Formats: sequence, structure tokens, C-alpha cells
Amino acid sequence: MDLVLFYFLLLGFAVLMYVLLDGFDLGVGILYPWFDQEGERDHLMRSISHVWDGNETWLVFGGVVLFAAFPAAYAGILSTFYLPIILMLFALIFRGVAFEYRFKAHRSRPYWDFAFSAGSATAAFCQGLILGSIIQGVNAEQISEASWYWLSPFSILTGFSVMAGYALLGASYLYMKSRNRIQQHAAYLAKRLVIIVMLAMLIVSLWTVLSSDAIRARWFSGWNFLYLSPLPILAIVCAILAWRGLQNTAHEIRPFWMAAGIFTLGFAGLVVSLFPYLLPNQLTIWQAASPDTSLEFLLVGIVIFVPLILAYTLWGYRVFAGKVEDYQEGY
Amino acid sequence: MELDTALLSRLQFAFTVSFHIIFPSITIGLATLIAIWEGLWLKTHDPRYLQLAKFWIKPFAITFGMGVVSGIVLSYEFGTNFSKFSDIVGPVLGPLMAYEVLTAFFLEAGFLGVMLFGWQRVGRKLHFFSTVTVAVGTWISAFWIIVANSWMQTPQGYIIVDGQFHVADWFEVIFNPSMPYRLMHMLLASFITATFVVAGVSAYYLLKKQHIPFAKKGLSMTMWIALILTPLQAFIGDQHGLNVQEHQPTKLAAMEGIWPAQEENVPLLLFAMPNMETEQNDYELGIPHLGSLILTHSMDGAVQGLKAVPPEDRPNVPLVFWSFRVMVGLGFGMIALAVVALWLRKRGSLYNQKAFLTALALFTPSGVISVLAGWYVVEVGRQPWLVYNLVRTSEVVSPLPAERVLFTLIGFVVIYTLLLGVYLYFMRKLVKKGPPSMSHLEEQLIGMKAPGYALAWVKNLKHEDGAK
Repeated sequence: MDLVLFYFLLLGFAVLMYVLLDGFDLGVGILYPWFDQEGERDHLMRSISHVWDGNETWLVFGGVVLFAAFPAAYAGILSTFYLPIILMLFALIFRGVAFEYRFKAHRSRPYWDFAFSAGSATAAFCQGLILGSIIQGVNAEQISEASWYWLSPFSILTGFSVMAGYALLGASYLYMKSRNRIQQHAAYLAKRLVIIVMLAMLIVSLWTVLSSDAIRARWFSGWNFLYLSPLPILAIVCAILAWRGLQNTAHEIRPFWMAAGIFTLGFAGLVVSLFPYLLPNQLTIWQAASPDTSLEFLLVGIVIFVPLILAYTLWGYRVFAGKVEDYQEGY
Repeated sequence: MELDTALLSRLQFAFTVSFHIIFPSITIGLATLIAIWEGLWLKTHDPRYLQLAKFWIKPFAITFGMGVVSGIVLSYEFGTNFSKFSDIVGPVLGPLMAYEVLTAFFLEAGFLGVMLFGWQRVGRKLHFFSTVTVAVGTWISAFWIIVANSWMQTPQGYIIVDGQFHVADWFEVIFNPSMPYRLMHMLLASFITATFVVAGVSAYYLLKKQHIPFAKKGLSMTMWIALILTPLQAFIGDQHGLNVQEHQPTKLAAMEGIWPAQEENVPLLLFAMPNMETEQNDYELGIPHLGSLILTHSMDGAVQGLKAVPPEDRPNVPLVFWSFRVMVGLGFGMIALAVVALWLRKRGSLYNQKAFLTALALFTPSGVISVLAGWYVVEVGRQPWLVYNLVRTSEVVSPLPAERVLFTLIGFVVIYTLLLGVYLYFMRKLVKKGPPSMSHLEEQLIGMKAPGYALAWVKNLKHEDGAK
């Protein structure tokens, strides 16, 4: 197989893992304002404090895979989206340190609550902004001219969509990991979020197809739509199954997996639309790729370590399997 | 004043990387110490070791958290602020950093959850294994980042194709000439940094007459470690210096304040104000010939000075010169303390010599400061190059408007200053709170299903500590 294509798939895998894993813990942060009791907030944070670090490592991994395999794209994308990226990093700093300090704080606890939820929401929104701007495409000249080219009605829409999507992952995660009142409240929120997310995906899809000739051709020329129709159809099936799982706690694990399914299908649709570009109409994966000596050298490590990483990450999740317990546990 | 994107980007990178390095230089050593204590506890069941591990794991956790969030910034900052650099060296540095994530970051993150929160979820041996894995992960991480940095100092194993660096030989890239020295020097520096943090806090408790058995154990252990590691570090540092002299003579000349293109009688300067305008030192005070002796191991060995290269190829001399002296000065201070500790130990007054304990408490941040100073020597000393003699820093910055970089730089300064304050506040809070009591450990041991004799030992000490 073409090595460049392999790295493109790997990059996609890293981004998807990031979106699903950090998605649910950012989502829990986004939902903080809807859980206003001290005990509830303790519970929410405890449900993710042992995994957020590993989840965020996928963001670093995505970044370095881009750097190693597609340096021109790493350079182009990061400098083009300078402000939203730095803003996202600021937000991730605030929410990350909140994990350490909130439990040790007393008087300053409300500030850490705010840092955690505002940081989570801002990071998700920035990621959505960047995503929307990449879909729309930017020219290199814009970097040095206007500062706000990444802020458009469309990118704001994708910003809120990503926030809603992460919130859905977070709510269905809480539905799986919690009991009683928190679980019920998570179900209530998740149901509304399923509707919001499906609507957002519909609007974003229509908008993209209507505004870009290339993407319209990709989906609707010849028999393409017939081959691609499983993507939207399966997403609708996932949404329905998630909804039904939220009705009945006998299926408390299912909504999380269905929400992950919706994300995966949406992401696949995005890849279909943009391939083979890393920056639309500017940089294809082959133009941006590193030489074979670099790709081959890293391939060895990927083949050995990615399966290992998946194995011990899974083990880590299993150690903390089941409901989150509220007694003081830890270091 | 005209704003300069290159200068602002450099300032931002320098500021964010300086802030970041504080935390890993503590956690690499502290993770290792915690693993040692936990292992000793498993082997001997002496609850004091468990108490040490359990106490220090808290500062470790917040330090590690600070390292994670400030590290993510760096992995993106190459692209945001030095886009041309990322593009041309990506094929070399990208895979090295990808290996760091694959072999270290995931490993640390994957086992950190169990190390911090899993005491009662996994068996004692599996927990120890997790702690060791986190410690080993920090070493592996140091390895890869030092490889990448060292390649920028002493590049080899590459070919340039269309202006981009491609790798001809990965072995040469990884085992570049300065890597082994820098790696040893940095790992030792981290161990010493953590050692002096633990020693400083233990000394503080002894001065305050609090948690005395706990503090004695911590102090005694760390002073033995310091006695071995600090002289070893001086030796490795000297070797590293000779390596710099061979491969980066201009940096060495800045470290020592040597101006003439060829100097045969190099003094060891104790004080000087290097003046880059007049190309000489003001207020120079030094010991004749000693510099030559250290650098060339002969009384009048010749050393290349700063004037051997044109002014635009020289680093900021005063900064390198003084950073080097801060690092070496603190290093000798640490050696002196370790030796004094040995002498006091022989006299039986290690735990109650007030002046010594005060000095040790003041030396708590000495490791961190030396590490920062040392990195300034390394990084400022490499300027004006990003890749030594090949890529000029000013030519590879992102084409961003200066105001935008100024805006984010101010953001970083404000946020990081705030965070450093918060970090120190919580560290102080943890120290004030003190180690977990024996009755607290007893409860946790029951949760861990520890054997009966381990529990009996804790019970015993509970009465002893209670009696005091």
C-alpha cells in the first residue's frame, strides 16, 4: 500500500480517537453549568480525572503525526490558524490544571469550576472553528492580512456543532457511569443533544454541499450518492438507537457507543468530502508528505507501539470500569 | 518601536519552553524517587517508605499536570510560530517527536491514572509496576526530546533536498555527537533537582520540628543520593563542556567570555561584564591559565574565541556567560551541601544543625534554577542558529503580523504568571498539610488488603507518632 495513504489513515485514526475520547471529557466540562450542586460537580470531575490526560495525548499524537508525515501541512495549518489554535491551547491549560487544583481548593473552588467548564467549552468551540475554516478553505495571503478570516457564519456554526457533539458524548458517558439523579439528568440532556447534533449535522452537510462545487460533485456525481448513502442512513440509525437507550437504563451503555457511532460516521463523511486535500484546493497529502526515509522509520514504531498503546489504554479503562464511586479514592 | 515578528516569536518560545522545563525537571526525578520508595516499602514493609511515597505523590501529580498542559503548547508552537522551520526539518524532527509520543507520553498517561487513583483497584505489585512504568516513561520522554535538541546542536546524518532536510542515516541522527552527554547531564540534573526539593522540604520540617521521623528519613536518603550524584554531575558536565568546545566553539567562547580569535592563556573568569560592542570584557577578574587547564588539560592550550566568527554569528554573550556561572555556582553549592551533610552525619548532628538545615531549605529550588540556567546556555548559546551553522532562526519564523504574536505573548505571560503563583500556593499548602498520618495509612492499607505484619508495623508507629 501507498505509505502516504497509510499515514493519512493513521492521521484520521488519531484525530478520531482524540475526538471520541477527549470529546467525552470535554463534553462533561461543557455540561458543568447544568449540574449545579457541589456533590454533582465532584462526581462529574471524578468520572474523568483518571483519563483526561491519556485522552488529550491523542491530540499531541495527531499533531506529531502531522509534523512527521506531512510537515508542509503542519506548518501551513498551524500558522494559518494561529489565533484559534493558541486560544484553544489557553483553554486546554485552564481546564487541565482545574483537575489538579479543584479538589485541593476550598474558597477558590468556584473559580476552578469556571476554569474547567469555560475552558472545555472554549477548546471545543475553537476546534469547531478550525474545522469549519478548513472545510471552507483559506488562502495563504489571508494569514498576513486580516486577523479574523477564520471567523465566518459557517465556522461559528461548526464551532457550536462540535460543542454540542462533545456535550452529547459527555452526557451519554455520564449516563453510563452514574446513578440516580445524575444519570436521569444526563439522559434528559442527552436526548435534547441527540436532536441538536442531528440537526447541526444536517445543516452543516447541506451548507457544504451547496457552497462547494467540488464537494457537491464528490457526493452527487454519477452513482456516488448510492455508495455513500450508508453514511447518513447509519447515522440516523445510531441516533434512534441512542434515543431508545436513553429511555431505559437497562441499555445504559448503548447511547455512548451510538454517539461515538454518529461521530465516526460524520468524520467519515468529512474525509470523503475533503480527500485528498489537507488544506482544500491547496495542499494534497502527496504534496505535503515527508520523504520515504522518514515515513519508513516511523512506520516501525507505529506498527509496534500503537497496538500496545490501545491494549494498555483499554486495560486502564477496565481498571476503572463500572460506576463512579463517590467515596474518597486516590492519591 | 518597530515590532519584530522574529524577535517576538523567539521570546514567546523561550518563555513557554522555560516555563515548561521547570515541571519535567522535577517530575523525572520525583517519579524515580517515588518508585524507589514504593519498591522499598513493598520489600521491607517499613511504613515510612509508604508515607514518603504517599506524601510526594501529591506534589508530583500537580507538577505533572502543569508539565502536561504546558507541554501540549510546545508541540503546536513549532508550527504556529516557526512554520518554515517545521516544514524544512519536519522529516528529521517530526519522527523523533512522534516516537516520544508513542513510547513515552502514552505510557505515562496510561499508567498515571492507576498510579494516582488505583491504589485500591489493583494489587500492590501491579500498582508498583504502574509507578515504575510512569518513571521509565519520563526517562524515555527525556531521551527523545534530547535527541531532537541535540540534533539541532550537532546535526549529522542528513542530506538537503530542495531546501528540506532529509535523513540519510537515522543512526547518525539519533546518536549525534552531543546527544549522550546532554542526555546524561539532563537526567542527572532532574534526579538532583528532585533530590534537593525533597531535602529542602524535609529540612524545613526539621527546622519547624514537625513530622520528625518522616523528615529524617527523607533527609538522610536524599543526602546520600546527593553525595553520589552531585560530584558525578560535575564530571559529566565537564565532559559535556569539552564536547561543546569540539563541536560548538562559539558557544563555548561565550560561556567562558573569550574574545580573541585564538587565545592561548585562557583565564578562568570569576567575574566579567562581556561587552558585545567593544568585543571585550569589562571589569574582568579571573585566574590565569586555569581556563586553558580545564578546557585543554594543559597550561596554555589554545582555544577558539568569539572573534573567530563575524558578529552576526555570535550569540548574546553576557546572557550565556552569566547563565553558565549561575548553573556552575549552584552546582558547587549543592556539592558543598552534600559533603557537609556527610560530615554532620559522622558527627551525629545531621538533623539538628540549624545553619545547615536553613541552607538546605533555601536550596529547595536550586535544581530548577540550575536547569533553567543550563538550558539558557544551551539554547541561547546556539543562536543565531536554530540548526547549528545551517538554519538561521530569523529566516524560518511564520509570516505572521507582529501584533498578533505580541497579543499571544502577552496572553502567555499573564496566564503562566498566574499559574505559577497558583502552583506555588498549592505546593505550599501541601507542605503545610504534611505527610499522611499513620492512622490514615492504616485505613489505606486495609483497603489495599496489605498483609498482617505490614498493618502491625503501621499500628506500632501510630502509637509512637501519637506519643510525640
